Amino acid sequence: MTSNGIRDQVAIVGMGCTPFGERWDQGVDDLLTDAATEAIASAGVALDDIDAFWLGTMGSGVSGITLSKPLKIDYKPVSRVENFCATGSEAFRNACYAVASGAYDLAMAIGVEKLKDSGYSGLTGIRPVGDGTDAALSSPAAFSFLAPAYAHKFGLDPDEMKSVMSRIAWKNHQNGAVNPRAQYRKEVSLETIGRSPLVAGQLGVFDCSGVSDGSAAAILCRAEDAHRYTEHPLFVKALSFVAGPGGGAMDPDYDYTTFPEVVRSAEDAYRQAGIDDPRRALAMAEVHDCFTPTELVLMEDLGFSERGLGWKDVLAGAFDRDGDLPVNPDGGLKSFGHPIGASGLRMLFECWLQLRHEAPPERQIATVTADRSRGLTHNLGGAPGECVSFVSIVGTEPDA
Amino acid sequence: MGVEAARRALAPLVGPGPQDLFFSTPDPAYLDKSNAAAIHDAVDLDPAAGSYDAIGSVRAAVGAWRAAEALAVGRRTMVVQSDLRTGPAGGPEERDSGDGAVALVFGDDSHEPVAATTIGRGTASTEFLDRWRTPGEDQSRTWEDRFGQEVYGPLVEAAFADALKAAGVLPEAIDHLVLAGLNPRAVAGARAVVGVRPEAVADDRLVSTGNLGAAHAGFVLADVLDRARPEAVIAVVVVADGADVTLLQVSPSIDGMRAARTEAGLRSVAELVESGRDDLPYTRFLTWRGRLQREPARRPDPERPGAPATWRSGPWKSGFVASRCEECGFRHLPPTRVCLKCHAVDRMRPERLADVEGRVATFTIDHLAHSMSPPVVGAVVDFEGGGRYRCEMTDVDPNTVAIGTPVEMVFRRLSTAQGVHNYFWKARPASGPVEPAVTSEGATP
Repeated sequence: MTSNGIRDQVAIVGMGCTPFGERWDQGVDDLLTDAATEAIASAGVALDDIDAFWLGTMGSGVSGITLSKPLKIDYKPVSRVENFCATGSEAFRNACYAVASGAYDLAMAIGVEKLKDSGYSGLTGIRPVGDGTDAALSSPAAFSFLAPAYAHKFGLDPDEMKSVMSRIAWKNHQNGAVNPRAQYRKEVSLETIGRSPLVAGQLGVFDCSGVSDGSAAAILCRAEDAHRYTEHPLFVKALSFVAGPGGGAMDPDYDYTTFPEVVRSAEDAYRQAGIDDPRRALAMAEVHDCFTPTELVLMEDLGFSERGLGWKDVLAGAFDRDGDLPVNPDGGLKSFGHPIGASGLRMLFECWLQLRHEAPPERQIATVTADRSRGLTHNLGGAPGECVSFVSIVGTEPDA
Repeated sequence: MGVEAARRALAPLVGPGPQDLFFSTPDPAYLDKSNAAAIHDAVDLDPAAGSYDAIGSVRAAVGAWRAAEALAVGRRTMVVQSDLRTGPAGGPEERDSGDGAVALVFGDDSHEPVAATTIGRGTASTEFLDRWRTPGEDQSRTWEDRFGQEVYGPLVEAAFADALKAAGVLPEAIDHLVLAGLNPRAVAGARAVVGVRPEAVADDRLVSTGNLGAAHAGFVLADVLDRARPEAVIAVVVVADGADVTLLQVSPSIDGMRAARTEAGLRSVAELVESGRDDLPYTRFLTWRGRLQREPARRPDPERPGAPATWRSGPWKSGFVASRCEECGFRHLPPTRVCLKCHAVDRMRPERLADVEGRVATFTIDHLAHSMSPPVVGAVVDFEGGGRYRCEMTDVDPNTVAIGTPVEMVFRRLSTAQGVHNYFWKARPASGPVEPAVTSEGATP
């Protein structure tokens, strides 16, 4: 397989992100307008300067009209894309390729989701007419398969497993508590997390990401043009996206302690970016912590921890905001919230702030240095066994 | 339940399968649509075999039995009798009723010995009002039971006399008397009328299972066949809107047939009853009966399955038929056209896995998903001989599921939406405590 990558060919020159949460006061149009307006202001351009748009939303609208109508975009290409919970990243990836190809000079990637209007507290999803044979398990249930499988394989008893899960939720709540844009801005004690009502398997309410409304956007151009818009662009080092064959759900060799799709997309991204030791090379990572066991497994799949030892790193605080590799310093899906189409771009927004030292002092991570100027985003869609996985790496310095 | 009973009847069968299936129940899943067809497909009968319903009363089940038996000339046929009995909440009918299903296979001894041979029949019919329910009502009404006792008496007497005459036997020659009917007083009266030896009256098991209605006579007959000596004479008397008497003589080879059933892993009726669970919460029973509106899942209502999609996946959905790659041997659930392992296209052969055991690879308890019996226990099941499928579990105490738990597949209702019952396969613990074919409290959806 060929995956050449477009290292340092594209730069992010502006970003915007709305506060996430139960935005009863704002519709899809409002959220898109706020994120787009903030992004273009951040890049110092006008909407008319943007040549093409990629809109990611899973279910809050169909077609490019969902964006062109509220923003009154005059007769320009607007693509609406969808790829499960990695929808926002998919919008970003397509927009990157559009400017890299030279077809357009300035592109916007924007993601939005309005989940709270459905009246349900979880993801509801849209399915085509089927034969009724799919086990109608909820998302937490599908991801909760990871917990007993991981504990069984690596010898953790249920209480140990639960404490690892709780530690991840605790960390992400700690981070969200100091982030004004996050859905949940409250520290939650380990005890409260561990005792929260069960949703599926070992997952309690606090092991689940926030069902949220929100939007985030990025303005992209070719790297050589970046300094026309900002002194501190973020260069795109790697983009990898894979869809799995759905094998885990039918292959007894799959053991529910890993996402093969994540392993593949991470390998691809590290190769594109020239990274051998992600734990030390990266200054931060924003990962798809839809449920706490997901984040645990991702630490191993992304190569941050040895296989089977991720839980020890979690308990040791390695991925805390002041740890040796901060993971989800913005609070993650857990605490920042998970408006599907916006999440991938929200992850990039945190890289935008942290890598460029624009995060407020109380939550600026210390790992970002001249030698360690790259961040990773990881976005997952589907469920263990059949999913899509996206990994990007961005950095402030073009490689020599 | 009908599928479950049919699977047990067919499992030890040697030779060709039934060429006609009659399904009878007073409480069908569908009106204006065949219910027998679902059983036909679920137990993988020959597509050329007929499947017919006899719906509406206990006596219809007798008619279905007789119709199936009459068509078993030089071929095999099957009747499945099934019933969900319900009475007003808290009343004696609810207390004394049960749900159950029984399946009988008819044929001659050209492939293997039969269990018993019909040696005489008698019937008496008349129109009168003993028990009734109009379509759409959820419970039956009855006239005073003494009236029924009065009317049934002579009917039973006449039918029984005709059966004895046809068989050329005397009442004293009867070794086992199977009596069934929904009017307890009429059944007691029939016992007195027929004049068989008191010790010949078979245990009706009403105390343990309740009255199984349309399935009860067949159920007690199956129980008797589990222990009757060779050449014993059995009288089956059904007291329901008339009287129907069937006299059977047990095969000389019955001991060998019982051994074969045991070898096939089939438990006796007594063992099934013994393994019944009595810890079903009453509220759950009422929910299944549609008499209690529970707090719904905070999720969109389940969608009905689409007819074309369901039809296209027929053998998979109805019969749990997977596919195996002929190039590399990898087994796929659900069946697919492209092999996961070797990517060969359209090199699959179907493989029915309904009777293949599996083991739990990982599991969860889903407190959000829709279910008639929340919480949903979801499991990833790895099958003997290969293949994995993620499905719901049933008849299971969530606290006893573990990685490695052995399971077997059963045909169940997943949900009902817009009047469409979504039947598919669930896993249950292989040596599980519940045998729903004869639970005394209610069938598990």
